[in-house]
Amino acid sequence: MTTLTTESTSMEASPFASPEPSSTIDTKYKMIAENVTVSYGGIDAVKNVTMKFKEKSVTALIGPSGCGKTTFLRCLNRMHDMTKNAKVTGKVMIDDIDLYSNEIDPIYHRRKVGMVFQKPNPFPTMSIYDNVTAGLRLNGVRDKKILDEIVEDSLKMAYLWDEVKNDLKKSAIELSGGQQQRLCIARALAIQPEVLLMDEPASALDPIATQKIEETIIELKNDYTIIIVTHNMQQAIRVSDYTGFMYLGDLIEFRETKKLFTDPKDELTAKYVQGHFG
Amino acid sequence: MNSIQDRRQEYRSLFKQNVAKRLLVDKAVRIIVFSCVIIAIIPLGSILVEVFKNGLTAISIEFLTETPGSAGSGEGGIGPAIQGTLIIIGLSSMIGVPIGVMSGVFLSEYGDNALARFVRFFNDVFMEFPSIILGIFAFLIIVLVLGHFSVWAGAFALSLIMFPIVARTTEESLKMVPMTYREAGTALGLKKWVITFRIVFSAAKSGMVTGILLSVSRIGGETAPLIMTILGSSQFFSSMDTPMDALPLRIWRLSLLPYDSAQLQGWGAALVLIMIILGINLGVKYYFMNKKNGFSGQLIKQRRNVTK
Repeated sequence: MTTLTTESTSMEASPFASPEPSSTIDTKYKMIAENVTVSYGGIDAVKNVTMKFKEKSVTALIGPSGCGKTTFLRCLNRMHDMTKNAKVTGKVMIDDIDLYSNEIDPIYHRRKVGMVFQKPNPFPTMSIYDNVTAGLRLNGVRDKKILDEIVEDSLKMAYLWDEVKNDLKKSAIELSGGQQQRLCIARALAIQPEVLLMDEPASALDPIATQKIEETIIELKNDYTIIIVTHNMQQAIRVSDYTGFMYLGDLIEFRETKKLFTDPKDELTAKYVQGHFG
Repeated sequence: MNSIQDRRQEYRSLFKQNVAKRLLVDKAVRIIVFSCVIIAIIPLGSILVEVFKNGLTAISIEFLTETPGSAGSGEGGIGPAIQGTLIIIGLSSMIGVPIGVMSGVFLSEYGDNALARFVRFFNDVFMEFPSIILGIFAFLIIVLVLGHFSVWAGAFALSLIMFPIVARTTEESLKMVPMTYREAGTALGLKKWVITFRIVFSAAKSGMVTGILLSVSRIGGETAPLIMTILGSSQFFSSMDTPMDALPLRIWRLSLLPYDSAQLQGWGAALVLIMIILGINLGVKYYFMNKKNGFSGQLIKQRRNVTK
């Protein structure tokens, strides 16, 4: 007992420890993944990853194909529940709730976490309006006035409103690929999530559509905690505040984006960001 | 030992020599495929021609609305049979379609276990069952128990034919819907049944409708199970607990009679049955294709947009 007390006092007195507490007071962590391991049929795709995501920030996950970044992202709203053979261990905390706890309803808490997928996947049989409101209508929201408001807000946030405001009844699959992806962003935003997960949202798009999506992400940062998986290092530099580099299922380095790219601590990270492999 | 460059040259020359042969094979395959289609169409076409040629002369207002006259007189019509066929198709669909669709949902969306594999296998076997056995089954458990022929027994027997077909086609159509839509629904915080019935169903609709229509066409022409259950009658429908007529039964009975006039009526009845099945098919297809939210309708629309 006595030794413990002395130790903690000495920690507080130590010059290295003092900046830490003050910085944690300033920033709040929206989401914390602790010791997350994902295995598919006994093979670990993500190994013991711990990451903290600050509120109202953009975090990018980079790394070569097959490094587990998408797999990790999908843990953050329990998408692996749908995958056969996938086993997730560890903790994913959103605010103070563990998403993997047996006591919570994953469906309810998933609504706090929106997700945008790699390929645009608007519901093919629904109109633009119905796509944006799908998450609300199918969860029982019926008030037409509220739905109208949310449609306008969400489409504006996704920078799509001006292009579609006159034909909201048009089928979603008549839109171009880039528009469809922004529609999917609007659809994800319409359920009023607090965290937005994006899995290579621009990988199937042309440069102009990509630019629009990136503008959307930067704009959304004011309200949302965004975690984005990307193949494109320039994109990570452009949109993110923090970047995590993953390799073969391990989180190699996780720092502020600027520092990770200009002054990587790990040799592997340095090689990757300089384009020696991947 | 040849260098890799030499070997590449050799491989390239191999391709060149093959061009003429490949073109020939390509042409041959096209001819074979085309002739198989023709061979398949010939019997179908000649049946239709024969039915129309013989049947059209029999058809009149009286023929479509009246009860059958005395055998061989050439009088009367097939009114009760038309009515009976519509009733039996409707009733069987009311029993067979919901059960089939729900089984299909189970197999596709919850079907990753031993029970589903067993059901799937059993379903496939069931689909190939001779229909007369299903008729005898309905006869044993309904007709014999109640002590009389009944419309319910017929509807039960036909729904047994229907639901494995509907279950199978529903399962296949639901499985065709890409996982990404289910994932999108999950990410929106929707419950599984909502995703299945509101999102996956609407995307799979046209395949499911095709399967249901296939099963309707199949039961529309069934004769054997009806002999064991609704027996046939020359009167219009009176109650669920008495025998009823149906077109396949009427065609069968008329064709057994040794009179030319009766056989002519048989052709007429066959034509009417074909037209009813065709009508149901076209009507339902048109309804679903035209609906704005049909998946295949949308695909057609999208294709049109591309060509514009």
